Amino acid sequence: MNCSDFLKELTDYLDGVIDADTKAELDEHLAWCHNCYVVCNTTKQTIEIYRGTELYELPDDLRSRLRSAILKKCETSKVAKKNEA
Amino acid sequence: MATIQTKVNEPPSDELELVRAAKGGDIGAFEELVRRYDRNVFRIAQHITQNREDAEDVVQDAFMKAYGNLTQFQEQSKFYTWLVRIAVNEALMKLRRRRPERTVSLDEDVKTEEDSIPREIADWSPNPEQQYTQAELKQILTKTINGLPPSFRTVFVLRDVEGLSTEETADALNLSIPAVKSRLLRARLQLRERLTKYFKRRDNGDGNK
Repeated sequence: MNCSDFLKELTDYLDGVIDADTKAELDEHLAWCHNCYVVCNTTKQTIEIYRGTELYELPDDLRSRLRSAILKKCETSKVAKKNEA
Repeated sequence: MATIQTKVNEPPSDELELVRAAKGGDIGAFEELVRRYDRNVFRIAQHITQNREDAEDVVQDAFMKAYGNLTQFQEQSKFYTWLVRIAVNEALMKLRRRRPERTVSLDEDVKTEEDSIPREIADWSPNPEQQYTQAELKQILTKTINGLPPSFRTVFVLRDVEGLSTEETADALNLSIPAVKSRLLRARLQLRERLTKYFKRRDNGDGNK
């Protein structure tokens, strides 16, 4: 296995959805290839840092304003549908 | 090396009952579905459109469309995946309207594999996020993810931020599983490359940054 083969499998490797034989080959490659080890480790950190940081919070006031608008429109469409029927 | 922990993304057991009640016209049941998923829809919409007002519109339009088309919802898939599919389409429409000069499509295969070959190979500092204030960190992460093409950004957000499975992401985006995997790999590698500039270990002894 070379570095390019390793990269192709990186996503499945990190997600843990890989068969045991391929995983063993990847582990073996990681044991001696420092570059792939670093890429693998920092890619994992990339995912974790995005997962752990809320970039777009929905503030409570906006949240309730949006919800009221949605429900009002749903009521209106429900009434319109009833009238059509 | 340990694998990343996948978010548990099972729907609450009462979800199908809520969907059925909402189909029957129970607005209260639909309100509960809105409460469960409005934050997720807002986040996805903002990531795709990169615009707060557009994201607000997407939240309203997506839930309205979902309500209006509930009878079309096939109960063998999760309500959330179905809702995400509607929200992504609404968000992409907004993006196309705002950037008519650039065609925005999830089918685009941007550039070549070249842009995903690792060039910057350096270990990160331990606890890289602690080198920056929370506000600085958010700015770095936002700027970095916004630099990805929409098709990569959307796959990364659904898979890695929202925790959808590969199959659910493919279903929500109407893409094949290999297409999702290929975009996810390239998105992850491009983000890693760009973040390394901020987070790499500095051994010159001049402080933390």
